[in-house]
Amino acid sequence: MIRVSKLTVKLGDFSLQNVNLDVESGEYFIVLGPTGSGKTVLLETIAGLHPVIVGTISVNGRDITSLQPERRGLGIVYQDHVLFPHLSVWENVAFGLKSTGCPKRDIRPKVEKVVRLVNIDHLLQRKPRGLSGGERQRVSLARALVIEPKVLLLDEPLSALDPEAREKMQRQLEDIHRRLNVTIIHVTHDFEEALSLGKRVAVFNKGQVVQVGTPDDIMRRPNSEFVAGFALSRNLFRGEAVGSEDDVVVDIGGVRIKAQTALKGAVHVSIRPEDIFISRELVRSTAGDCFQGRITDVVGKGSVIYVVVDVPPQFTCLVSRQSFGELDLKTGMDVYITIRTSAVHVF
Amino acid sequence: MSRRRSWMRPDSMNVVFAILAMLLLIFILAPIVKMVFWSSPGTLWNTLHDESVYSSILLTITAGLIATLIGMVVGVPLAYLLARRQFRGKRLLEALIDVPIVIPHSAAGIALLFVFGRQFLLGKLFGHMNIAFLDSLAGVVIALMFVSVPFLVDSSKDAFKAVDVRMEKVARTLGASPWRTFFRISLPLAWRGIFSGSVMMWARAMSEFGAVMVLAYYVPFLGGEQMVAPVLVWFRFDAAGLHSALPVASLVIIISLVIFVVLRYLALRGEKE
Repeated sequence: MIRVSKLTVKLGDFSLQNVNLDVESGEYFIVLGPTGSGKTVLLETIAGLHPVIVGTISVNGRDITSLQPERRGLGIVYQDHVLFPHLSVWENVAFGLKSTGCPKRDIRPKVEKVVRLVNIDHLLQRKPRGLSGGERQRVSLARALVIEPKVLLLDEPLSALDPEAREKMQRQLEDIHRRLNVTIIHVTHDFEEALSLGKRVAVFNKGQVVQVGTPDDIMRRPNSEFVAGFALSRNLFRGEAVGSEDDVVVDIGGVRIKAQTALKGAVHVSIRPEDIFISRELVRSTAGDCFQGRITDVVGKGSVIYVVVDVPPQFTCLVSRQSFGELDLKTGMDVYITIRTSAVHVF
Repeated sequence: MSRRRSWMRPDSMNVVFAILAMLLLIFILAPIVKMVFWSSPGTLWNTLHDESVYSSILLTITAGLIATLIGMVVGVPLAYLLARRQFRGKRLLEALIDVPIVIPHSAAGIALLFVFGRQFLLGKLFGHMNIAFLDSLAGVVIALMFVSVPFLVDSSKDAFKAVDVRMEKVARTLGASPWRTFFRISLPLAWRGIFSGSVMMWARAMSEFGAVMVLAYYVPFLGGEQMVAPVLVWFRFDAAGLHSALPVASLVIIISLVIFVVLRYLALRGEKE
């Protein structure tokens, strides 16, 4: 396992303060936080790329705090892949083996094994410049995996990809994690990504860990306003997708909601509060669902108001102050909420 | 359509700028072009076969090359440190590196003499190794190096800065030592900038006059006493007048141009790949 304790790092205007993390061997661990919260610095510090002022980092009980990065055996993958542009794909992947003094006869089989794992065996002679974003990211992953790292550090590995490549890459990461049983620390600013990949999530803000827990903990029991804000900006549900092709419904525990998705089985559903429309009367529409529920909470925030409607489950809806007044909404009142099918995000 | 109209009626600013630019180009090109075409090929050929001219050009090229190679060995590490490390006084150091460019080169020669002369510290030190700088090839080399190495350092520094520092970070996590990271990643990726900086340095070194005049006027080379080409041009002009200096000057300009153009072409071709 990897343990980070009381870690303090200063880097220009940037700092990590008293960061504590415990990641189990073989775990897929997520560090979630907004851009500029120090997630990348945390990863690079674990990799040995920044000096530690206070605190320790240990892997499998061995203190590596003052070890040079090349002696740590941790692989890092950046958002924009950072491939060596002057080397071919093959040379990029083999770089780590040649650097660690791997016997010559072992290099070829090891490279071949890892390139098959991430499906880049057809690209080996190409230079990085000609590759697509998804291909580059896979080469970058292969380059890190080939040295059989004790921990794989992923810095926003999906953020630079287009939605299609992103989905593929996400499945590939899950697959690699399952097959190699490698410990992964994956940094992201994307809440949905965190929920669908991680068993445990650390929420990070301003160089500090704010909360560690399961995705469910983070979603339902945020311990601070910051986490709540990060989580509550969406309606998030676990559900079961059933049906076929154009007629999918997701059962989210209480209600069945129409959705457009190719996914089946256990899924997450996210609906942005501003995409839920509140009315006093039932709305009949083929483009969405309409549910009846009771207002359980009203939270004003400047010119907008969050209204929590318990169907159940609870939906958080965003209404303008003006329509809030016009509808004369009050806690305890029965209302209807309408959700357009196109606003239902399944992942 | 609007584009075509702007071509048909250029505005006054562009007209004025074009005229001023043209004047500058004429100013720069006229002397060079005239020098290149003034002497007939036959005269140039004969000049090249003049023993002292031939040896002088060889001396100039050799000394420039040695200075550039030494400059690479010590200048590239400095450039790397300036590009990668943050330390107190870095800005001052960066400004100091460029001082040789802005001071009069005859004064630079005096300054070098003051340190490398036989009775001074470095002069004594090298004296023990039987290296003397006054009127010797070694003297020419340090003079050329002093005045031209800033070109190499500045260009290499920019080249290293342009390499994503995370390339080096990734290489380190993959098990590469700092040495291996430098030679396999940083250096190959910065090579083009270092090469074109070296070309600039060599070209600048071969045209040095002032500092060499002070430090090494006559240099024992190829079994005779030679002068570097720029000094030879001045010597002929001073001793025998314009017509004696002209063919030598033409030849020196042509050789410099050819070397410069070929190396620039090589550097640019590398860039396209």
